Amino acid sequence: MSFVPTPISRFFHRMASPPHFYSLTNKLLPWLMTIFILLLGYGLYGGLYLAPTDYQQGDSYRIIYVHVPAAWMSLFIYVVMAMAGAIGLIWRIKLAEIMVISSAPIGASFTFIALVTGALWGKPMWGTWWVWDARLTSELILLFLYLGIISLYGAIEDKRRASRAVSILALVGVVNIPIIHYSVEWWNTLHQGPTVTKIDKPSIHIDMLIPLLTMAIAFKFYYLIALLQAAKVELLRREQNSQWVRSMLETET
Amino acid sequence: MKPARRNRLFLILLMVAGVATAATFALQAFNENLMYFFSTTEVAEGKAPQGAKFRLGGMVVEGSIERPDNGMMVRFVLTDYNKQVTVEYTGILPDLFREGQGIVANGRLNDKGVFIAEEVLAKHDENYMPPEVADSLQPPEVQQ
Repeated sequence: MSFVPTPISRFFHRMASPPHFYSLTNKLLPWLMTIFILLLGYGLYGGLYLAPTDYQQGDSYRIIYVHVPAAWMSLFIYVVMAMAGAIGLIWRIKLAEIMVISSAPIGASFTFIALVTGALWGKPMWGTWWVWDARLTSELILLFLYLGIISLYGAIEDKRRASRAVSILALVGVVNIPIIHYSVEWWNTLHQGPTVTKIDKPSIHIDMLIPLLTMAIAFKFYYLIALLQAAKVELLRREQNSQWVRSMLETET
Repeated sequence: MKPARRNRLFLILLMVAGVATAATFALQAFNENLMYFFSTTEVAEGKAPQGAKFRLGGMVVEGSIERPDNGMMVRFVLTDYNKQVTVEYTGILPDLFREGQGIVANGRLNDKGVFIAEEVLAKHDENYMPPEVADSLQPPEVQQ
């Protein structure tokens, strides 16, 4: 990778080394936690209290402050997972493999939250909990992909082989991501079209949009925190016999 | 990049491209079935199944909602700004049901070309705004 400047490639090489990653994570986590709590606090206060009520839906629309960021995260995490899978497959980097499997349960939870909050909103607004339209069905398939990845990883004893199998499954499933995103434009669906990511101008009032974007960033930080925590545990489990883990445990006790 | 890595990168790109192509063709083939509802124009032109249940989507025409015998039965007209279809429904309507609102009805056509709905779902649009802003936008712009 000669086209990457040396300081950056050195940074990534150091990050890819497990002991360095472990100590850096421990230093980063308190900061990430602080930022997350501040963003979440403002996002919830802004979304549930400051933002005006909607002209049609009244206060019921406020579920978007959880539903929309969770749905975005369900797609975002999948893309991160597939990219980490590709990096793990090509460069055989252990940490990338760990990122894949540590992301899967977090992504599955966000997908589940998006589906459940959508159903809770759908009942009063549409008049039904669930319909088999293209958006809802493809999001459900995403949940099954996450669950498939988790169970495939659990089914293979050798964890390095399991990581490779899981990375391939994640890469195959990535085709579903554009389908979910564009489903509301390609087909007639009951689910409404995009509000925020429209190219010209978001069709949401600015006072409602700011808390929504704050919540989206807060959810990103939550993902980072949960990912690093899960990755630390997975790393210790895989490296339990290595020298750096042993010496670290000796200094801590 | 080492040759082994380049080969693996190439294989992965090939796999993703292959899956994407397969998915595109599959979705093209199923395109009709993935449509959640028929438009009123398609129904008026006889493209919707006769005698079978299907979904019909459209906007409720302003001033078309009536309750002919003061009961639970509601009659209204749906449009896609091209052709119109009359719908009859007996039951509870969702919160968002109103004139000018997009809805999806599930049911079948009778002999007179009236759509007898068994279920009515409101389709929400992608606009969110406070009531004051909505009032200042009068009259609402009509979009195709």
